[in-house]
Amino acid sequence: MTRAGTLPTRESRFSGSEWTLDDLLAIEQICARHAGRYALDTYPNQLEVITSEQMLDSYVSSGLPVNYGHWSFGKQYLIESGKYRSGANALAYEIVINTNPCIAFLMEGNSLAMQALVIPHACFGHNSFSKSNYLFTQWTQADAVLDYMLFARNYIAECEERHGAAQVEQTLDALHALRDQGLDKYKRPRKLDTRKERADQAKRLSLAQEAMRQGEYYSLVPKVSKSAEAEPKFPAEPEENLLYFIEKHAPKLEPWQRELARIVRKIAQYFYPQRQTQVMNEGWATFWHHRLINDMYDAGQIDQGILLECLHSHTNVIKQTDYARVNPYALGFAAWNEIKRVCEAPTAEDREYLPGIAGRDWLETFHDIMRNYRDESFLLQFATPKLVRDFRLMNIQTGDGLDHWTVSDTAGSDGFKAIRSHLAASYRLESYMPEISVVRYGRDSDRKLTLQHQSYNGRMLLEDETAQTLKHLRWLWGFDVSLETVDQTGKTLKAY
Amino acid sequence: MSSVIVDRRPDKGKSTANRQRVLKRLEGALKAQVDQMIARRKIGDHDKAADVAINRKDVKEPSFSLDPRSGAAGRVLPGNEKYRVGDKIPRDPSGSGRGSGPGEGESEQEDIFRFALSREEYLSLLFDELELPPMVKKSLLEIDANKFRRGGVVRYGNPSTVCVARTFKASIGRRVAAEAHFEQALDAAEAELRVARSSAVPARVQAAELELKEVRQRGADIPFLDPIDLRHRSLIEVQSPRTAAVMFCLMDVSSSMDESRKDLAKRFFTLLYLFLTRKYAKVELVFIRHTDQAQEVDEDTFFSGTQAGSTKVLSALAKMNEIIGLRYPASQYNVFGAQASDGDAFGNDSTESSAYLLSQLLPASRYFVYAEVGEAAAQESSTLWAAYRGIESDHFNMATVTARGEVYPALAKLFQKEQPA
Repeated sequence: MTRAGTLPTRESRFSGSEWTLDDLLAIEQICARHAGRYALDTYPNQLEVITSEQMLDSYVSSGLPVNYGHWSFGKQYLIESGKYRSGANALAYEIVINTNPCIAFLMEGNSLAMQALVIPHACFGHNSFSKSNYLFTQWTQADAVLDYMLFARNYIAECEERHGAAQVEQTLDALHALRDQGLDKYKRPRKLDTRKERADQAKRLSLAQEAMRQGEYYSLVPKVSKSAEAEPKFPAEPEENLLYFIEKHAPKLEPWQRELARIVRKIAQYFYPQRQTQVMNEGWATFWHHRLINDMYDAGQIDQGILLECLHSHTNVIKQTDYARVNPYALGFAAWNEIKRVCEAPTAEDREYLPGIAGRDWLETFHDIMRNYRDESFLLQFATPKLVRDFRLMNIQTGDGLDHWTVSDTAGSDGFKAIRSHLAASYRLESYMPEISVVRYGRDSDRKLTLQHQSYNGRMLLEDETAQTLKHLRWLWGFDVSLETVDQTGKTLKAY
Repeated sequence: MSSVIVDRRPDKGKSTANRQRVLKRLEGALKAQVDQMIARRKIGDHDKAADVAINRKDVKEPSFSLDPRSGAAGRVLPGNEKYRVGDKIPRDPSGSGRGSGPGEGESEQEDIFRFALSREEYLSLLFDELELPPMVKKSLLEIDANKFRRGGVVRYGNPSTVCVARTFKASIGRRVAAEAHFEQALDAAEAELRVARSSAVPARVQAAELELKEVRQRGADIPFLDPIDLRHRSLIEVQSPRTAAVMFCLMDVSSSMDESRKDLAKRFFTLLYLFLTRKYAKVELVFIRHTDQAQEVDEDTFFSGTQAGSTKVLSALAKMNEIIGLRYPASQYNVFGAQASDGDAFGNDSTESSAYLLSQLLPASRYFVYAEVGEAAAQESSTLWAAYRGIESDHFNMATVTARGEVYPALAKLFQKEQPA
């Protein structure tokens, strides 16, 4: 480990493609100086040089340097490494997650130019975004996550020893199936704190044992049988966090299984902000690497060869294929550049559509937007008519059972507002993840769990997947579980 | 806290444990593939890594997800130059048609993924099928290579292996010995000169002076280093018990040997081969198939080719003996014979064969095993079985194999005398 500050100052500017660890740290320092002028607030950086194999390891655990053991990660590894070896996929040049310090993985195979591109992208772009964006600051704790992962890994390993690997595996399989339903989407989750977590865990376990003893005693008392209808409704309000509900109320789970449910949902929650800020975050990082690379070149710190190689990679990153999925890097990069343009040189059209930012200081506006928006609101507020035209966006629609799409709006027509709102809506979680909540638990009667899937626009669940997921859920719950899809009027469309 | 850089490259193998978990989970699917490989791969290839393909369905992780084909949907697509409002576009059946922006992608992936099993992983699956007891499995999985080890100091070697310290030590010893002798001689010569001078006989003085000069010269001639002082570090190759071996695979290919019997035979040969590669560095394979005539063939023909004809075991044994005589002198090779047959033999072939085996082949072989394959083998009623049972030799053993799971136990039984405890 080399510490900054003991660096030999480099006289000549960077050139060529070879690099040393000191070079990388020097580039980070240079970037830090440039980034300071734009008031980019970052966590300290920890650059880690890794091999391609380790990059695959990181893919598998979504960039987390520590993870618990489970076969699904091994499967992911086999798939990813197979793709990489057969040449179907190139590996990412870097991977970064929001931790404090910010750990950025740099591939050893990258050329100096690639590293010079990746360092500003990850260590200043993503780093500053995750330090200040409201979703990250409110929903995740960059300081605590590594400790928590370590705690989770050790706890799960301990469970495997105590309760058998097969039991733990089956529990995790079932919990993983419900991972997407383990999110607090509207309520801010409690802060992660490993020490408190350990203390609370001990308390929860002893309470659970006490409850079990009492349960045995009370089971001798004859029960007044109630019918499910007569019972007061529980939970009073639908519960969106299925894993939380299972952790707290599943009638048959062992205490340690409840702890696993807790761990799985905490980790799912940690990745919740990432999924909602892809366009903004990647656009932001791309904007800043582009900016900082040019600043380094202007200051004579990198030579033309490096600049050109960087620009070449940059162009590849923001390549948009026609009639394909919108590239989040391209859209994000263009959107931030548009915001800058509207601030600096607004046209009459911009003043009409974006009066709030037209003519304002661009850097201040940037920071304000970066802090307070996510993809959906970002695009809804700040996608400019020119952006829609430049991307030549069109909006297509189809209905249930139709064999064709109908073009409903194009950039050329006056469809700007419609395209903007559809584009923004496509980044809502609900547009690609089903909304499922617990509506009833027969606590004092048959212990049946009733779930409801809220369907929009007639979207249904995949039957096969749903049946298998329900199997996992029934195993966890130990009693009957039913699921129904209802439309917005509350009419039941399908029961599973 | 300021920024730091860490070189993580030395920390390897983070995913190894999870790899083992997924392999365990896939055991059924993998075993099925290994099963096919036994038929497909060459015997010698079983000692190498193996590529396998897994259907994603086998490792599916379900979750609640939306059906992209249901309901009303909209998409925003970039790069439009062709279409105007109101145009209709047929839905693409290949999957890119419906979906909702960021959520899709899963359906576009291939249904199969491929990866390579390492040699150890492959063999452990293979042996699981064959019911190897854990101890033997371990010894089969280990490969030991011939190693060089330091063999002390020797007098001869090439200059790069000179051991300077020991050479000097030898030189000191030699000089001490030589000089001790020289000093005695010098003392004697000087005393002689003194006596000669006191006697004042010129001839005697002259002779004594000459003697002294000679002795002094001899002293001066003692070299500091002499070729006989040279010492070399020696590296000796540790003699491992493995040397060259040849394994003869003899199989009856007459029409009564159907595919399932050949499959059993192949498993039997494969396992025996792996046993031998464990013991001997180099194992050559010779395939002899026979009906009423024996032929030496390559492996593919051996297992796949069919031939019509009756059965004459003796022809194969004679062929084996002939090949041993031509190519595998007993001084250089450990000869192993493995015969697989369903036991059919006609006339006095059985008795002739067993006599030939006992008198000709067994003296030239280190070991000869006979496996009778097929469902009927268990009854031990075939003519060949009856004839072979009469052979009494430490170099011969026989067993029956009626099902896949029995291949290993049969082999273990065959090698009971051979197996180190």
